[in-house]
Amino acid sequence: MAAVVTRDIVKTFGEVPAVNGISLNVPNGEFMVLLGPSGCGKTTFLRIICGLERQTSGDLLIGGDLVNDMPPRARGVAMMFQSYGLYPHFTVRNNIAFPLKTQGIPGAEISKKVEWASQLLGIGHLLDRRPRQLSGGERQRVALARALVRQPTALLLDEPLSNLDAKLRTSARQEIKQFQQRVGVTTIYVTHDQVEAMGMGDRIAVIDRGQVRQVGTPSEIYNDPADRFVATFVGAPPMNIVARNGGYLGFRPENFLPKDMVKDMVKDAAFTEFQFRVDRSEYLGSERIVYGVLEGFDTNEVVTAKLPPVHVAEAWIRPGEWHPFAVRDAALRHFGNDGKRTSRH
Amino acid sequence: MVAIADSVPKPAARFRFILERRGVLGSIMVAPAVLYVLLLVGVPFLMAVYYSLSAYTIYDPSWSFVGLANFEDVVEDPAFRQTLYNTFIFTFGSQILGLVLGKFGALVLLRPFPGRKFVRALVILPWAVPIALATVAWQWMFDSLYSVINWTLIALGVVTRSDAPNWLGTPYLAMLSVIVVNAWRFFPFAIVIFLAGITAVPQDVLDAATVDGAGFWRRNYLIIMPMILPIVAVGLVFGIVFTFTDLSIVFLMTMGGPVGATSVLGFAGFQTGIVSGDVSHGAAISLFMLPVLLIVVVAMLRFIRRREI
Repeated sequence: MAAVVTRDIVKTFGEVPAVNGISLNVPNGEFMVLLGPSGCGKTTFLRIICGLERQTSGDLLIGGDLVNDMPPRARGVAMMFQSYGLYPHFTVRNNIAFPLKTQGIPGAEISKKVEWASQLLGIGHLLDRRPRQLSGGERQRVALARALVRQPTALLLDEPLSNLDAKLRTSARQEIKQFQQRVGVTTIYVTHDQVEAMGMGDRIAVIDRGQVRQVGTPSEIYNDPADRFVATFVGAPPMNIVARNGGYLGFRPENFLPKDMVKDMVKDAAFTEFQFRVDRSEYLGSERIVYGVLEGFDTNEVVTAKLPPVHVAEAWIRPGEWHPFAVRDAALRHFGNDGKRTSRH
Repeated sequence: MVAIADSVPKPAARFRFILERRGVLGSIMVAPAVLYVLLLVGVPFLMAVYYSLSAYTIYDPSWSFVGLANFEDVVEDPAFRQTLYNTFIFTFGSQILGLVLGKFGALVLLRPFPGRKFVRALVILPWAVPIALATVAWQWMFDSLYSVINWTLIALGVVTRSDAPNWLGTPYLAMLSVIVVNAWRFFPFAIVIFLAGITAVPQDVLDAATVDGAGFWRRNYLIIMPMILPIVAVGLVFGIVFTFTDLSIVFLMTMGGPVGATSVLGFAGFQTGIVSGDVSHGAAISLFMLPVLLIVVVAMLRFIRRREI
């Protein structure tokens, strides 16, 4: 197990930069999530770390060693692929044993380690099956067992849950996280799904167009986004952004509430009032999402509010009506003209 | 008020939609192939069986049943045993050589390099050129006097003019020559098969193997080869069947010589049955291909099914 440090990694394909200078420090044992839209370069970055791609420039250190010119097998990292990349012609046992066999580990030790990894992931009963006889969730565990069996310096996961159905994904998320904590392996997890990122990561690196926009804990990313991209990429629905005074004002939909509710909540603290015209609303069971525009702002800037339905009856909020809404000042975020945060409040 | 006319059911056109019936259309589509096989494969096959059990020759075209006497005669003939042996050497020798060339050719053609499309087109040529034409060219290359191969060997100082190999005049070299030509003809097909197989291996699997510590050889022989084995086996079945029954290269290059060293079943059957007119023995020789091919094909197909992944 080791820390993974990258210094100004750049990767260009022809003229197109896929990774545009990423410097990241993943300490030993951390669960780091790389979050970004598809095509942002996060998978390329992961492939550079494991050695499947060579960076155009920049340095990569694993466990303090410069590994720029080391082939994948010498780096000691393990990777789990989006579609798992299981060997279809091998049994589960041989799939898990493969990384050990390539290292020339004696047979007795291999079977011991395969046993250990399969016990850890609860797939002991599947060892003699082939990948095609397994369900999606089982395949995912086999891939994880194969990645972990040789106790890698770092574990790289490339959207490992995207092939699972929604229900399985939730439990698999828990499992991977618990499991990572138990083994304590440095983990870099690539995803475009912010729920996975928020729920699993010790820290999150938000990546856009080959660059890191912000690195921080999930709550830092959510509550104190470094720029408009992070603010609108994380959160569902995303943060409302409206132009004001040559800059931008941002606030989360769940903080944008009817004025009376805000008043009750904040007691003496300051809040900012808006006139909100409701265009339509969606009832989602645990919440009601209301879309509309603000008085005095550009009508193209659709603003969403996330309301607790138990407090706000449907009859109260009808399309076309104007309502007084408000946001606590502590929940307002200010962005400059360039999109970067200008101040904490 | 205008009464809306009741829709009068039209008398159903019985055959109007007949082509849309699955059974009818299917039968029509499949009929040419079935007829083709029955008339051009089935009938000649039954005739061969019939001839092989008779004393039929073109000089005495009478039907007289002789049982398995023709087969006995054939098996007792040392020249036939040599031919049978030659056929195996020729078939498996050229298949193995073709597969090796095909595998490496495919690996070369997988990597992008300038002019790859041109080379890919060029590589198909041996397969596309009429075999008679290609064999004439090869015959000149193996010629005892004008061989360009010997010229090169002499120029390089590997051999002297006096002991330059007589490719088509020495038994072992003649067999090697026909094997080389047949492998040359077969390897573009092998390349296509390998290319299709290798490109079908998911990139994730190859990447996983790389990260798991497999180098070039391990990736090739532990991952790619086993995964593409079913498709390679299909290609090999084709290659074996076509080579085992083929006589064109032998006929055009060596005429089975020298002293029967390159005679193969197809060629011997043709010589005995058609050229010499001894149809019954010719048929018996040709029928020796059947059990061999049957065993090979059944074994291969069973293997493929077991390996299906």
